[in-house]
Amino acid sequence: MTRDLTATPVDGSAATHPPAGAATNTRVSAPPTPSTSARRTERIIGLLALVGTAATVWLGLWVTPPDKVQGDLVRLVYIHPGVAWVALYLAFGLAAVASLLYLWPRTRSLFWDRLAAAAVEVGVVFNICTLVSGSIWGKPTWGVWWAWDARLTSTAVLLVLFLGYLALRRVPAEPEVRARRSAFVALFAAVDIPIIHFSVNWWNTLHQGATVLNANLSPTIHGSMAWTLLLGFVALTLVFVWMLLVRYRIGALEDWLAANELDLALAERQAEGVAAGGAPVGSGPTDDFPTDRVGVA
Amino acid sequence: MAPAALPPSAVSLRDAVALSGRFPLLAGVDLEVAVGETVLVEGPNGAGKTSLLRVCAGLVPLASGHLSVLGLDPSRNRVGVRRRVGLLSHAAHLYDDLTVRENVRFAVRAAGGDVARIDPALERWGLVGRLAKTSAGKLSAGQRRRVALAVLTARWPELWLLDEPHAGLDASARLLLDQAVRDAAASGVTVLIASHEAGPVEDLAGRAVTVTGGRVTGTRDLVPVASPVADLGDVAPTDGPVAHVA
Amino acid sequence: MWRDAMLVAGKDLRIEGRSRVALSQVAPFGIVALVLFAFALGPDRQTMARGAPGLFWVAVLFCTVLAIQRSVSVESSDGARDGLRLSGIDPAGLYLGKAVAVAAQLVVLEALLTVGVVLLYGARIEVPWMIAVSCVLGTIGLAATGTLYGALSSGLRVRETLLPFLLLPIAAPVLLAGTRIWQSAMAGGVPAQGMQWLRLLVVFDAVYLAIGVVLFGPIQETA
Repeated sequence: MTRDLTATPVDGSAATHPPAGAATNTRVSAPPTPSTSARRTERIIGLLALVGTAATVWLGLWVTPPDKVQGDLVRLVYIHPGVAWVALYLAFGLAAVASLLYLWPRTRSLFWDRLAAAAVEVGVVFNICTLVSGSIWGKPTWGVWWAWDARLTSTAVLLVLFLGYLALRRVPAEPEVRARRSAFVALFAAVDIPIIHFSVNWWNTLHQGATVLNANLSPTIHGSMAWTLLLGFVALTLVFVWMLLVRYRIGALEDWLAANELDLALAERQAEGVAAGGAPVGSGPTDDFPTDRVGVA
Repeated sequence: MAPAALPPSAVSLRDAVALSGRFPLLAGVDLEVAVGETVLVEGPNGAGKTSLLRVCAGLVPLASGHLSVLGLDPSRNRVGVRRRVGLLSHAAHLYDDLTVRENVRFAVRAAGGDVARIDPALERWGLVGRLAKTSAGKLSAGQRRRVALAVLTARWPELWLLDEPHAGLDASARLLLDQAVRDAAASGVTVLIASHEAGPVEDLAGRAVTVTGGRVTGTRDLVPVASPVADLGDVAPTDGPVAHVA
Repeated sequence: MWRDAMLVAGKDLRIEGRSRVALSQVAPFGIVALVLFAFALGPDRQTMARGAPGLFWVAVLFCTVLAIQRSVSVESSDGARDGLRLSGIDPAGLYLGKAVAVAAQLVVLEALLTVGVVLLYGARIEVPWMIAVSCVLGTIGLAATGTLYGALSSGLRVRETLLPFLLLPIAAPVLLAGTRIWQSAMAGGVPAQGMQWLRLLVVFDAVYLAIGVVLFGPIQETA
C-alpha cells in the first residue's frame, strides 16, 4: 500500500463507486488494454520509425556528399535540426496544448494530463540529444564544447524547465492535484518560452562574434542533402510519436493499478462502519486533521 | 427521501464521496440539514466527522455525489458559500506575529464582515485589555480557540460548522460557547457540531447523526435544553434524512 | 479585489514589521552573497566593476527565493492558508496583496544591494534613473512570478528545494534584462538598447501579473 499515485473515480466512471448497501463489494475494472487497432498502429509507427531512421543513417552517412566548408561534420544536419524541432516545438507545444486542454473545464480529462507528461518526458530525451548534437557540431566549428549560442542557450533553459516539470510530478499527490499543478507549471513555462527566446537572442546579438557563430551552423542545403534532411525530420518525428504512445500506455497502466487500490480502500473503509462502531481497522489517518497536509485537495 | 422540506435545506449531501490521496474520508454520505437546525455529528475518532464539516465548508471537493450548501454548489460558487459559512476547526488560523485584535480584524475583514462587530465580539470572549494586544504566538490553546470564536461571532455567518468546539476550553468558556450556539440557533443560524464526547453538548442540538466509517450510520432525536426555536427534532424520524445501517 | 489586496499586503507587511525576517536575515544574506562573489572574482576591482550588474541581479534572485519562501511559510502557521481560503477572500486580491508585499521587501533589499555594489565593487552609475526603473520593473516581475510559484508549491514538503528550481529559469529574462539595462546605465548609455530591454520587462510583468490574477484562484484550490 505504498503507491503514491491514485486515480479518482471522477471521470464519470461509475466502476469504482459501489452502490449504497453493497458495503464490501469490490468492483475491480479491467486494466486498460489498447484495442487491437491501437496496438497495430503503435507497431506500424514503430516500424516506420525504425525504417526511417535506418534510411536516414544510411543516406546521411554514406550516400550524401560532404560539405565543401564543413566536410563530414555537416552530416549532423540530418539529426540536429530534426531533434531540435521535436524537442522545442513538437514535444513542448504538445505538452502546452495538452495542459491547456486539461485545465479547460469542458475538456478536462486525465488523458490530456498523461499525454502532456509523456510528451515532456520524451521531449527531455530529445532535448538532451539536441544539446549533445549541437555540442558535437560546435566543437570542431567553434573550438569549444559549449558556446552561448542563442539557440543552444534557449534549448538549455527549456531543458531545465522540462526537468522542473518532471520534478514536480514526482511529488506524491492525488492524480487530479498532480495534474492541475503540472498543467499550471507547463502553462507558465509555455508563456515564458517566447520571452526567453527573445531575450536570449537580443542578449546574444549584442555580443561580438555571435552572428559569425550562428552562420556556421546553417550550411546551404541542396539536392540529395535536402531530401535526406526531410527524411530525417520525418523519421525523428515518427520516433517521437512511437515513444509517446508507449509512454502514454505505461502511464495509463500505472494509473489503473493505483485506482484498483482505491476500490479496496473504499471497501475496507465502509467495513469499519459495519463493524458496529468498534475500533477502526486502522487503515487510515485519525480525525486529527492537520490542515496543511499534503494531498488534501 | 424526505418530503420537500418547507424551509429549504441548509446542507444537503447525497452519496458524497471525498478523498484524500488514496484514502476515502467520506464513503457515501447522505445527510439533510434544514435551515435553523442544530445538529450534533457524533462518532468515534477517524469516523469522518471533521471531513464532513470540511466538505460542507467547501474546503474538500467531492469525488462523487451531490452536495449543496445553503442552496449553492461549493465547487461552483466558492466565494459565495465561504462568505456565508463559518468553520471552527482544530487550528485557529492565526498569524503568530500579529496581536489578537489584529488577527480578528484581519479575519473579519477578509471575510467581508462588519468591522463594528469586532469590539463587542472581543468583549464577549474576554479578549480585552492586555490580552487583546498579545501576539497570537503566545496564546494558550484555549485562548486561541476563544479568538477563533470571536471571529466567528463577529462574522455571524448563516451556517456554523463547529469541530469539537469544547476541546481546550475552560468551564467559563464552555458556558459562553453554549450560549453563543443558543443565540445563533435563536437567530436562525444552522449549526453543525462535531463531537466525540457525549454529554452537555447534546443539550444544544435537536438531532444527532452518527458517522462511522465515512458514512452516516444512524440518527436520533434529542431534546434541546432551553432552546427557544420550535425545532425540527419533533419531526417523526421516518420522515427524517436517510438513516443507513449498512 | 483591490481592497482585499491592500488588506493582505498590509497584513504581510505588518507581520514583516514585527518579525523583521527580511531585514535581519534576507538582507544580510544578500550582502554575504556580494562578499562571496568578490572572493570568487578576485580582488581586481576592474573585473568586479564589470561584473557588477550581473552579480547584483543574481544576488537579487537569491533574495527573491528567500523572500518568497518566507511569504509562503507565513501562511503555514496554524493553518492560516486554510483560514484564507475559508474567508472567501478574492483570490486575485490575495495574489496581488502577497505580490505587493514581496515587491515592497525586494525594493528595499535592492536599494541596499545597490549601495553595496557601488561601495564594494566600485561600480559607477551614469544614468541612475535607468537603474531605478529597471529595479522597479524587475521587482514586479520577480514578485509576480514568485508569488505564483510559491502558491503552486505551497503544499509541498519539498518546497524548499523545488521552488528555486522552478522559479529561477522562469525568472531568467529578468536577469538578462536587468543586467543589460544596468550595463547601459553604467556605460552612460546608449539608452536605445536599454529601452528595448525595459520594454521586455514591461511585457514580462504584464503577462505574469495577468496570469496570476486570473489563475491564482484555481491554483489555491489545488495546492
